Amino acid sequence: MGKISNQHIIDQLTVNFPEQFSAPTEPFGLLTLETTAVTINALLTYLKNDKELSFNYLTDITAVHYPEQENALGVVYHLHSLTNNVRIRVKVFIPVSNPTIPTATELWNGANWMERETFDFYGIQFIGHPDLRRILNVDDMTVFPMRKEFALEDPNRVDKKDFFFGR
Amino acid sequence: MSNFITEITPNRPVYTDNDPQGDFMTLNLGPTHPATHGVFQNVLQMDGERIVSGVSTIGYIHRAFEKIAEHRPFYQITTLTDRMNYCSSPINNMGWHMTVEKLLGVEMPKRVDYLRVIVMELSRITDHLICNGILGVDTGAFTGFLYLMEEREHIYEIFEEICGARLTTNIGRIGGFERDFNDIAFAKINKFLEKFPPILKEFEALFNRNRIFIERTSGVGAVDPETALNYSWSGPILRATGVDYDVRVNEPYSSYQDFDFEIPVGTKGDVYDRFILRNEEMWQSLRIIEQAMEKLKKEPKGIFHADVPEFYLPPKEQVYNNMEALIYHFKIVMGEVDTPKTEVYHAVEGGNGELGFYLVNDGGRTPYRLHFRRPSFINYQMYAPMSRGMLLSDAIINMSSLNVIAGELDA
Amino acid sequence: MSDINLVEAPAGVEGSGFFATSLEKVIGMARANSLWPLPFATSCCGIEFMATMGSHYDFSRFGSERPSFSPRQADLLMVMGTIAKKMAPVLKQVYIQMAEPRWVIAVGACASSGGIFDTYSVLQGIDEIIPVDVYVPGCPPRPEAIINGFNKIQDLVRSESLRRRDSPEYSELLAKYGIQ
Repeated sequence: MGKISNQHIIDQLTVNFPEQFSAPTEPFGLLTLETTAVTINALLTYLKNDKELSFNYLTDITAVHYPEQENALGVVYHLHSLTNNVRIRVKVFIPVSNPTIPTATELWNGANWMERETFDFYGIQFIGHPDLRRILNVDDMTVFPMRKEFALEDPNRVDKKDFFFGR
Repeated sequence: MSNFITEITPNRPVYTDNDPQGDFMTLNLGPTHPATHGVFQNVLQMDGERIVSGVSTIGYIHRAFEKIAEHRPFYQITTLTDRMNYCSSPINNMGWHMTVEKLLGVEMPKRVDYLRVIVMELSRITDHLICNGILGVDTGAFTGFLYLMEEREHIYEIFEEICGARLTTNIGRIGGFERDFNDIAFAKINKFLEKFPPILKEFEALFNRNRIFIERTSGVGAVDPETALNYSWSGPILRATGVDYDVRVNEPYSSYQDFDFEIPVGTKGDVYDRFILRNEEMWQSLRIIEQAMEKLKKEPKGIFHADVPEFYLPPKEQVYNNMEALIYHFKIVMGEVDTPKTEVYHAVEGGNGELGFYLVNDGGRTPYRLHFRRPSFINYQMYAPMSRGMLLSDAIINMSSLNVIAGELDA
Repeated sequence: MSDINLVEAPAGVEGSGFFATSLEKVIGMARANSLWPLPFATSCCGIEFMATMGSHYDFSRFGSERPSFSPRQADLLMVMGTIAKKMAPVLKQVYIQMAEPRWVIAVGACASSGGIFDTYSVLQGIDEIIPVDVYVPGCPPRPEAIINGFNKIQDLVRSESLRRRDSPEYSELLAKYGIQ
């Protein structure tokens, strides 16, 4: 529900960004698009500054890791238009070998810590971020813990005998 | 008093390059500090009593919830969500259950919705009680805190009657509740609705027009709405600045649209506004609980979960005697149930703001990716830029009024 | 007649104007009934501790009227909540700063053994870095359980030998944790 419909948003975006985002889906009514790291900054700027769409609230930035895909790391932006009461989700897939994407901190100050958290967990380099360093994990950690290859448990623990845990 | 600075200030160490003569003192408002309510650190550069700049360090209680969630089935993640905002655990639990129900397409009966509303509003009251009580303690007034903690004990007794636990409640199941509210629970809720308003009035009488309290808190940490929206603030602190964004009204969940309540909105966004706003929200929560108790009388008794045997565990007597129930039980526990392979984002209004759950499901037993949009984390990033130019004691009160819960900050 | 219970006097020889007993017993009694805790509250167990300190469960009737946040002036380090590996050096530093005699109580499952968080970032029990006297299980433990743990600490304090802190066994214990 909202004052503008998802189809209207798609139409506006098709006019302004032709061929630059992939086929949109609507899981549970939330318009979801995919685009590339080259377009993302322009797309977010348009979504934020357009007088009618006015997605001026950045709900969250996060990432997902799909190791089997070619572009394995997906950065997910959730935006919210408070005046129109409609949400949108934008995804950008980038390769693990070169996980770079422009930062959103110039558009929203709130993106600062969200991007630091995403960097901390997945190793995604946000170009132009004023202070990209780890936020939740210890500073001298060299790996990125939320990637699928990293194990959950403490690797140095010696007292958990596999026998008792059925492994 | 503080001048709020609206420029984009990076949250990084600045003290080494703007202090060539070593005039400023470095103060470590460290992870273990009686005035910081939780383990987070601020290294402040001080010019006497005034803060020149600050750097926040968090992560001292990072427990890797999102990583754990990828290894736990849906019904076990509820215990994780408890421990995020532990002052109002039931809201986290309900939010998670609603996310999974949205994913599975489960339709909830009205009675379950109203029971959930009662539980969520009670936990919102506990969250605001702690925040306002501690804000009183930080300004030096210890009495109010003790009275409010006693009221929290009464709410704990209600939770205990419903689910057995006081603080980390693990309340409800995917599809409803594990047992119906018995008569004792309803009696306790009614008693609370009677006994709590005079105490809250007394607390307000102590603080609201108290000259010392107003002088301490008025004008401190004032924020304008554009900056607050730019920093993705949500919850009571955003509403104190003047933006009336409340997830319960914008995207009603759990039948909130059936209730008649108001959203208090502040004007200046300073600490005093936030305090008054949280008190007002407690009054509105009481109003909602009263309406819910009235509505429950009209609903058919005994329904406490949705009729979805594929996702809601059948009662144990049936599991031991009935073949179908046994099979459903097995399938649910072993994760053999078919779930849609898609993604969902669901937000609820937590005690601190918009608590969001982003769930990416691949049809397996555990989520593929679960991300919590934690309001304390996102609200807290403005703290260091906001405290530039403030006196230290004002910065402390500012921090308590932001109501940063360490468990939700670090997840 | 009031119903206030006073502490039992230790066994000794009484006369008019004097009371003779062993120094250990008197000092044990005095220490046990005036322990100043350092509430090292990190997460959910900290909120249960706040409830324990509140008027319903009233922790201060056991003598802990003054929770000290300065380690130098505290007797009992109450670790309540999860200790992450990032926090572990801070905890060790606080423990080292405490003056003898000092006791440690690990409140909650996370402080005792890591709790439900068997992850890369959580310390699996504070006894990996500091010696612990009493463990209180629970997630979070009820205030009654915390008070029970505190009573066990009081028993330990009451019966502790005055020479324990100077003994070679104690130095060995600390050396195991790397504390001099």
